[in-house]
Amino acid sequence: MRPFTVHTGRATPLDRSDVDTDQIIPAEYLKRVERSGFGPFLFDSWRSDPTFVLNQPAYAGSTILVTGPNFGSGSSREHAVWALEDHGFRAIVAPSFADIFRNNCTKVGLLPVELAPDTVRSLLDLVLADPATEITVDLQTRTVSAPGLHGAFEIDDFTRWRLLEGLDDIGLTLRHEDAIDAFEAARPSRFPSTRR
Amino acid sequence: MEPMPKTLSEKVWEQHVVHRADGEPDLLYVDLHLVHEVTSPQAFDGLRSAGRSVRRPDLTVATMDHNVPTGPGPQDPISVRQMDALRNNCAEFDIPLFPTGDLGQGIVHVIGPQMGLTQPGLVIVCGDSHTSTHGAFGALAVGIGTSEVEHVLATQTLPQTRPRTMAVTVDGDLPAGVGAKDVILAIIARIGTGGGVGHVIEYRGSAIRSLSMEGRMTICNMSIEAGARAGMIAPDETTFAYMEGLPHAPTGAAWESALEYWRTLPTDEGASFDREVHIDAGELTPFVSWGTNPGQTVSIDDVVPAPTDETAERALAYMGLTPGTPIRDIRPDTVFIGSCTNSRIGDLREAAEILRGRRVREGLRAMVVPGSMLVKAQAEREGLDQVFVAAGFEWREAGCSMCLGMNPDQLAPRERCASTSNRNFEGRQGKGGRTHLVSPAVAAATAVAGHFATPEDL
Repeated sequence: MRPFTVHTGRATPLDRSDVDTDQIIPAEYLKRVERSGFGPFLFDSWRSDPTFVLNQPAYAGSTILVTGPNFGSGSSREHAVWALEDHGFRAIVAPSFADIFRNNCTKVGLLPVELAPDTVRSLLDLVLADPATEITVDLQTRTVSAPGLHGAFEIDDFTRWRLLEGLDDIGLTLRHEDAIDAFEAARPSRFPSTRR
Repeated sequence: MEPMPKTLSEKVWEQHVVHRADGEPDLLYVDLHLVHEVTSPQAFDGLRSAGRSVRRPDLTVATMDHNVPTGPGPQDPISVRQMDALRNNCAEFDIPLFPTGDLGQGIVHVIGPQMGLTQPGLVIVCGDSHTSTHGAFGALAVGIGTSEVEHVLATQTLPQTRPRTMAVTVDGDLPAGVGAKDVILAIIARIGTGGGVGHVIEYRGSAIRSLSMEGRMTICNMSIEAGARAGMIAPDETTFAYMEGLPHAPTGAAWESALEYWRTLPTDEGASFDREVHIDAGELTPFVSWGTNPGQTVSIDDVVPAPTDETAERALAYMGLTPGTPIRDIRPDTVFIGSCTNSRIGDLREAAEILRGRRVREGLRAMVVPGSMLVKAQAEREGLDQVFVAAGFEWREAGCSMCLGMNPDQLAPRERCASTSNRNFEGRQGKGGRTHLVSPAVAAATAVAGHFATPEDL
């Protein structure tokens, strides 16, 4: 996983709530067996509208997505995270995230930044008014700053450490292999097997 | 000292902690891992590139459901490639597979319960958000992403932060014509699409207890539509009666010992939840969604509501609806009966009973897609396929089908559909398609009437 420490970049304002993962990447593009190449299909339906924010040259090359509450609801497809990352986003700023989407982000190294609703509103207004606005997301200090604006976000210590170091979850879990062995040895034999 | 009273989800959680340390998520053991073709290929690639194996293929089972064709016609080569990848991965890692053409094939959340693999007290995961379905048996069942699929394949465990608990209690008698689908749509309308975020919901109360296992699966299935990490219902005699004799259910002394354990699982008297919601079953009616998220629903007796915010305005424009229009005046082009929410034998029996001796309205497309090949075979033994076909429905092979339109079963732009599935998101059933979520009873009655209707309207 790519580590995340501090990132400064311009932002795309997606001023909508309840953006579900079917919008982020429609099901018809989930047939690829690779992890890469999803970026061109990001927000595919909405992109057919020339006025859609991702089509506006002023926001081209931005690396932070600022959006509304309950972002990433619906399907568990990690392809949504891969598409956002492939497009060039490093962090998503929203008042709230759906659980599975947030989890998927932290496995890949795309930082979900949950800020108070009024702070997100101010950020959206700032970026809508001036697309050149630079935003800094600092995972070390758990803060977001932009001209005239400063916000703190919460992320648990363990996830923060994993992201800062870019650590592979499986490697971390395998440190406890003895505990897994012991747990399995004590499991009742009547638990179902898929073979029987 | 008396032990602290615990909730159902807390009991299952505590029994699966492999490793616990301050400041870290708990490492939970996974009893059953369900795998399908769409969210697994990258996970298997990850294993290969790291030189890892599947730790417990005997606790893993795979099927093909998301993009399988359910009708005749040429196969999409990209879908075929994805199904071939699953076939090869299962062979390489020794995982039992129910491929297309096999009698065991079907929607992953239909085949787990029908095989008896879904059992009370288990931790179950799958790379699919509707894994919450299995909570109907008192299992803790969570949907995961592909990185987590790889993690479970490699370690048979999953790091998880402790969820908050929510009780949704539905007491009273459900009025005639109101089913499990209406109950869960009402719950989502009440708590909102983000209302369950961070929580495991336990559905309780006399109305929930009165439901069949299939109805309970419908309820738990849509927990994710309220944002919940899982939905659960305590196991009881209904659960045990459903499970006894299923192929993977315990037998003999193991059954007795399982029963003894399962009876310890229901939430203790005096246990507290972080949040409680109460719903009066007697006030419920059949529900129909009008918007583009599953929280945007109204009673079938109601009208399309006036928008209260920009999200609702956008939804109404997408759906091509005018506020004030009676729901019964809306005329779908298509009726879809299927999906992991409503494709089990009970759902098909209910719909067929309404369609018996009736005809689908002229010009309306109607299809029924059984949840599994076993459901299909059972329905055919009962002659339900003949009822559907005589009424003018297409009778299909098992799969996810038009719930998400990954196969050719899709809506055209602006095509309006009454669907027994779980999501009315923009474009979910095909680009530009307009989805209205309903129960199987309303779907069947609507197919006959040509506009949204209940069986009593016919």
